[in-house]
Amino acid sequence: MKEYELVIIGGGPAGLAAAVAARKAGIQDILILERDNELGGILNQCIHNGFGLHTFKEELTGPEYAGRFIQQVEELGIPYKLGTMVMDLAADKTVTAMNREDGLFQLHPKAVILAMGCRERPRGALSIPGYRPAGIYTAGTAQRLVNMEGFMPGRKVVILGSGDIGLIMARRMTLEGAEVKVVAELMPYSGGLKRNIVQCLDDYGIPLKLSHTVVDIKGKKRVEGITLAQVDGFKPIPGTEEFYECDTLLLSCGLIPENELSRSADVALSPLTNGPLVGEDLQTNIPGIFAAGNVLHVHDLVDFVSEEAAAAGRHAAAYIQGGCMSEEAKELKVVCEGGVRYSVPVRICPDHLADDALVTLRFRVANVYKNKKIVVYAGEDVLFSKKRPVLAPGEMETVILKAKALKEHADLDHITVTLEEA
Amino acid sequence: MHDIIVIGAGVSGCAVARELSRKKADILVVEREEDVCCGTTKANSAIVHAGYDAANGSLMAKLNVEGSRIMPELSKELDFHYIQNGSLVVMLSEEDRPNLVKLYENGVKNGVEGLRIIEREELVAMEPNISDAAVAALYAPTGGIVCPFGLTFALAENAAKNGAKFKFDTVVTGLTKIDGGWVVHTNQGDLEAKVVVNAAGVYSDVIHNMVSDDRMTITPRRGDYFLLDRTTGGHVKNTIFQLPGKFGKGVLVAPTVHGNTIVGPTAIDMDQSRKEATNTTKDGLDEVREKCSLAVKNVPLRQVITNFAGLRAHEARHDFFIGEVCDGFVDCAAIESPGLSSAPAIGRMVAGIVTDILGLEDDPTFDGTRKGIVDPKALSFEERVKLIKENPAYGTVICRCETITEGEIIDAIRRVPGAKSLDGVKRRTRAGMGRCQGGFCSPRVMEILARERGVDMNDITKAGHGSELIVGINKDRI
Repeated sequence: MKEYELVIIGGGPAGLAAAVAARKAGIQDILILERDNELGGILNQCIHNGFGLHTFKEELTGPEYAGRFIQQVEELGIPYKLGTMVMDLAADKTVTAMNREDGLFQLHPKAVILAMGCRERPRGALSIPGYRPAGIYTAGTAQRLVNMEGFMPGRKVVILGSGDIGLIMARRMTLEGAEVKVVAELMPYSGGLKRNIVQCLDDYGIPLKLSHTVVDIKGKKRVEGITLAQVDGFKPIPGTEEFYECDTLLLSCGLIPENELSRSADVALSPLTNGPLVGEDLQTNIPGIFAAGNVLHVHDLVDFVSEEAAAAGRHAAAYIQGGCMSEEAKELKVVCEGGVRYSVPVRICPDHLADDALVTLRFRVANVYKNKKIVVYAGEDVLFSKKRPVLAPGEMETVILKAKALKEHADLDHITVTLEEA
Repeated sequence: MHDIIVIGAGVSGCAVARELSRKKADILVVEREEDVCCGTTKANSAIVHAGYDAANGSLMAKLNVEGSRIMPELSKELDFHYIQNGSLVVMLSEEDRPNLVKLYENGVKNGVEGLRIIEREELVAMEPNISDAAVAALYAPTGGIVCPFGLTFALAENAAKNGAKFKFDTVVTGLTKIDGGWVVHTNQGDLEAKVVVNAAGVYSDVIHNMVSDDRMTITPRRGDYFLLDRTTGGHVKNTIFQLPGKFGKGVLVAPTVHGNTIVGPTAIDMDQSRKEATNTTKDGLDEVREKCSLAVKNVPLRQVITNFAGLRAHEARHDFFIGEVCDGFVDCAAIESPGLSSAPAIGRMVAGIVTDILGLEDDPTFDGTRKGIVDPKALSFEERVKLIKENPAYGTVICRCETITEGEIIDAIRRVPGAKSLDGVKRRTRAGMGRCQGGFCSPRVMEILARERGVDMNDITKAGHGSELIVGINKDRI
């Protein structure tokens, strides 16, 4: 088997953008390994529009957005293997993969970019009691069946969880002829984008019940109905139960970065994001292993995935080209406070930054906040401040810091990202 | 007329069929569900009890110890997953010690080998996650864990290999005595056999009461469980029970043969008629959550991948009911825990009874071995390369979480009796049994099932008729 300098695990939006950027940064030997039978990842089943407003300044469907990157990969002649599952990643960056044509094989690249994406939280992990009949699907599984294969998973639908895929599927199922009775959300706020609530629920008269959850599933063979109840915190309130007759329950209750391979390579993971802990160069604790996209932390917009992955591609290229960073460089930890749940990256090495470089911090907040400002402190100094009338857990926030300012505080051991009253 | 009809294709029915297939006999197993292993057998603790628990002198005690002794050898003959991981019954209060000693003595009387009472220091060394309150424990080195699906498929396939036939989706509605045998009335028409074996699990009272005036009542006793992700494997090594006592009756925490952790069960008696009530309840799951921490600390319940409930076929006398009830009708009833552990011995005992009734002769062509579905993960790199070269389907991963290949799934479908549904594939291969619970692989397994079985996607079910996964095509009602 031919060896490659850079192996990218995953041919979805993150993997594609990383490959393109790495090639443009001068890396010739790149291989993308994709487990599905086509490039593009989950975008292929996202046939609705709204993708690419930031990147291409136009509204594209998921497959169109993916197509733009696939075209670049093809034009740049970057090789990829489809139907190829990476079975193991070792800390020495040995990649063990498998497919029909090549069988089981190993690669020994200089750098690896993790771009495996995420998976949906299944029913079992939610500990919903009741029967286990047919008709319970995660929203993404239903999306694949409907959008890629043309099959209706059900006629009368209840959706638990107001994540974006659930909201999108509420509209899709309605358009395909199903009756979507209600979307229930455990939290007092939606986990999805505001625009999706308006365009997918409000426009179709589908009620959204906040602070509600499923407390029972009826039907031994196929779902016959579900019982919703209002919750106080996470506890169902007795007496608030309401039965909905339906044949389908769709779940959109959160996404989990798929880091089984990262674990096998001893990549340190964050308990907050379930993704790798990375520096500003998107490098994990294992030198030469980088991460980007939903495997790193769950994004709200694919544009940000592409942007982040392109950065990972450039950093991986620099790593391969021997821009090897001194290991002893001093780090600034990024401390999150005041409702900032996490940040990517978790550490910044000011010494590694060019003077004119910009460092992007992405994070999510823990609750819905109004009239706040995002502030980044280095000691007493304010590095960044931006007013935000509304912050919600469903939307990712971005802060851009100037390398110059960070370098001036390189003697500190941390900077702090926080929310303050505006 | 068949020689024997076995009613029920759970672990007992399949064990009986497999033992009988040693003989020259025409055997038919009828099953109400679409596959073997669909009732009590599919949802239990997956434990091979050492045999110290059942009351000395009971049939349960005898068959448990015997079954547990047969299991290691059987797992080699029939190639299913079994591990002798040992079990510990943990005592949480010094005042419960008489109960622990009593359990030990009962076990010794039952003939369980290697039993020992161990004190806290040794216990902590064996199980670092044992509760801080643990004082001592009964250690049974012969306690084991088994894959209940794997065991049952192995028995069924080996029975089929030796000529036994299986008939699914067949519900027995009545039994009529005729000259030299029975008419078994079913929803699929009448069948005839010289001998009928009642291995109908929670329905064994219904079948029994069709022929006997000595009424039997089976209470479906529900057990709720949590199954945890494989990343929790190793939280405990032994199967950890809690000694009933001052702190009530606990639940077990055990590893599974596949490296998951299982926690449960509750014991909730259902109305006799509720033989399909395998739904978990909030109260039941809360009880498991609460009790599992009695004997084991920091049970990683955040790693739950699914919850489920099973029904034990409980009978008030709490013993197995095995024997010829009336002319040519043999009960293999009230098989509650430790039924799984006892299954190999139950199979032998019932087959012995039937052999005597019919005067069956040995079948010299009997082949008591069976090979399971190849597990590519267990192969060396080179062996795996060779396997994919011979059959590229072993190079395509369908279930990502458990890395199950198309080759394994096709094998599961083509076996006899083979998988017909998503659950059938899942129980045979573990595709869909991982942390995403089939989110990614279900549509692909459905495609493979449709292709291999030559049926329409609309006819693919989760677990048999009535559980269809697809209801139509897009916009078909607009």
